[in-house]
Amino acid sequence: MLDSGSSMATKPRTLYDKIWDAHVVDQRDDGTCLIYIDRHLVHEVTSPQAFEGLRVAGRKVRRPDLTLAVPDHNLPTTARVDAEGNRLPIADVESAQQLAALETNAPSFGIKYIGATDREQGIVHVVGPEQGFSLPGTTIVCGDSHTACHGGIGALAFGIGTSEVEHVLATQTLQLKQSKTMEIRVEGTLGFGVSPKDVILAIIGKIGAAGGTGYVIEYTGSVFRDMSVEGRLTVSNMSIEGGARAGLVAPDDKTFAYLKGRPMAPKGEQWDQAVAYWRSLATDPGATYDKVVTLDAAEIAPSLTWGTSPEDVVPITGLVPDPKSFADPSKQAAAQKSLDYMGLVPGQKMQDIEVQHIFIGSCTNSRIEDLRAAAAVAKGRKVAANIKQALVVPGSGLVKAQAESEGLDKIFIDAGFEWREPGCSMCLAMNPDKVPSGERCASTSNRNFVGRQGPGARTHLVSPAMAAAAAVTGRLTDVRELMA
Amino acid sequence: MKAVNKVDGRAIPLGLKNVDTDVIIPAHYLKTISRIGLGKGAFETIRAQPGNVFDDPEYTGAPIIIAGDNFGCGSSREHAAWALNDMGVEAVIAPSFSDIFSGNAFKNGIVTVVLPQEAVDRLLEVAKTDPIHIDLENKVVTTPYQDRFAFEIDDFRRNCLMNGLDEIGLTLANADRITAHERTLAQTQPWLVPVAA
Ligand code: SF4
Repeated sequence: MLDSGSSMATKPRTLYDKIWDAHVVDQRDDGTCLIYIDRHLVHEVTSPQAFEGLRVAGRKVRRPDLTLAVPDHNLPTTARVDAEGNRLPIADVESAQQLAALETNAPSFGIKYIGATDREQGIVHVVGPEQGFSLPGTTIVCGDSHTACHGGIGALAFGIGTSEVEHVLATQTLQLKQSKTMEIRVEGTLGFGVSPKDVILAIIGKIGAAGGTGYVIEYTGSVFRDMSVEGRLTVSNMSIEGGARAGLVAPDDKTFAYLKGRPMAPKGEQWDQAVAYWRSLATDPGATYDKVVTLDAAEIAPSLTWGTSPEDVVPITGLVPDPKSFADPSKQAAAQKSLDYMGLVPGQKMQDIEVQHIFIGSCTNSRIEDLRAAAAVAKGRKVAANIKQALVVPGSGLVKAQAESEGLDKIFIDAGFEWREPGCSMCLAMNPDKVPSGERCASTSNRNFVGRQGPGARTHLVSPAMAAAAAVTGRLTDVRELMA
Repeated sequence: MKAVNKVDGRAIPLGLKNVDTDVIIPAHYLKTISRIGLGKGAFETIRAQPGNVFDDPEYTGAPIIIAGDNFGCGSSREHAAWALNDMGVEAVIAPSFSDIFSGNAFKNGIVTVVLPQEAVDRLLEVAKTDPIHIDLENKVVTTPYQDRFAFEIDDFRRNCLMNGLDEIGLTLANADRITAHERTLAQTQPWLVPVAA
């Protein structure tokens, strides 16, 4: 509602409070609210049973116009059409089935579908903002936990399960309880070679993988104000790795400039109305958060993970930690297990660790700015001899086209990287792009869980520039040394 | 969803504790596009053992499973409830259930009956030879031998089960509120309807 701005409100409210209040349809006595959902993104993995449920119950999709379907998780990232432009078949029978199901379900329920061979296809969380489908101040859901990504433009966005997907399709609402709020404030200026990915890794290293459980995070301070919209999307994307269901960055002029003119964004007079409303959403002076965490920008170095939890973060100049150095006995045991799985020993220099695979992609780091950062490091260099596979997977067809118009594809290919079609790729072991057991990958994705990139695969989460640096040296590398 | 007032029939005397969702439906059945048909993978590891209760002709088509503590622990996969549905299971009796599983079971119209271990032990005995009767209306489990075990169930859930109301149905009962919200939005935030691209 338009009176969500500070002028009418008696009590100062946070950005989260304002978005929440504007979406309450109904409230039960126990505090559970029926929350209106403005945007629903649908992909092939978590939707088939939801559509089936609708069909069995004879229900329709309430607002197909607020729903957008895009395949991404299972889709192979190799060529999708042959020389004559014919669709190439997908070898994995079950993936092919899930993709075919989405391809029929979307049109039969009247939902806009961006297909595997469309130019706009990509990872849902890259496509949403890019198409102007995701907007500030909206509630956005998707059957995928990294939906938190869209918080980078100031939307309350979170992942849901299959029965909730069905619930949103049928009712355009969800039953929810309000979360607590956490402010993460990072002030100062980021050092040379420090990227948004390093910022979020440092944050998760500080609060822990469960630190945000029960909270929605708002990222504040000069670092986020100065950060590009792409960078904010990277940060908010990994809110879930810190345990928070969603993250938020207040929408500002950068956000508006990013969205203006996007295909599905408001136009003309409506655009001006929208911007006026979006401006009113910023947290009021005097509003309080349930918890506040602060970091000093100057202390954040290019960072990466050493273990199998995203909280296992060290600066690139650091060492593999000794499990005994952790105070908590359960963390000691977990750290030892992580090291065994990762094939590392305490005290090893992170920079001495050799890798065999490089993955630049995923909804965390596959936007144009990410590819530019990686290409800047790869330019004029060669992928090291010990690297078995180095993939660059743009987040969408439009990112791919933009990168090609800037000649980035050539830089990567000349250096020895593979330049692929858009999709989730090596972020999760659900399509042909996998890391073999026991082998090590410097990856720009968001999860370093056991088996995430393939059974037995060893993942180090890094920024795009650090991934490119690891590709050219064949080991985890301080990108600053290559950035002179 | 089908309304359930009572569940009547033979019960599979499984009796095991900590039956996790991986046992109910193994992970390799998850890449499916349907809730239907998962029954064939249900309890696969148990069914691999000769003489298991699931393949005992005595219990063919039994609508009830009796299990030990903590039934449905492990991953949150809703496939576990779908697999039970597909097997024709309408109720599970156990001393305790994992929260997520009982939520998923409820969403799929499966009654979860919590009874003390002694009652479960007695029912495991009876189940070998006779049917069991679950009366949701009176919140009681009975046998042909005068056994009578009262159980507790959340009123909201019981009401939903007995009237065949699923969560979507309940929300849709509020559809006029949703419509009112949409009308207000059309006035105050007209830009929310995406430009057809
Ligand atoms: S890239 Fe990875 S995290 Fe992102 S949507 Fe795909 S699978 Fe999920």
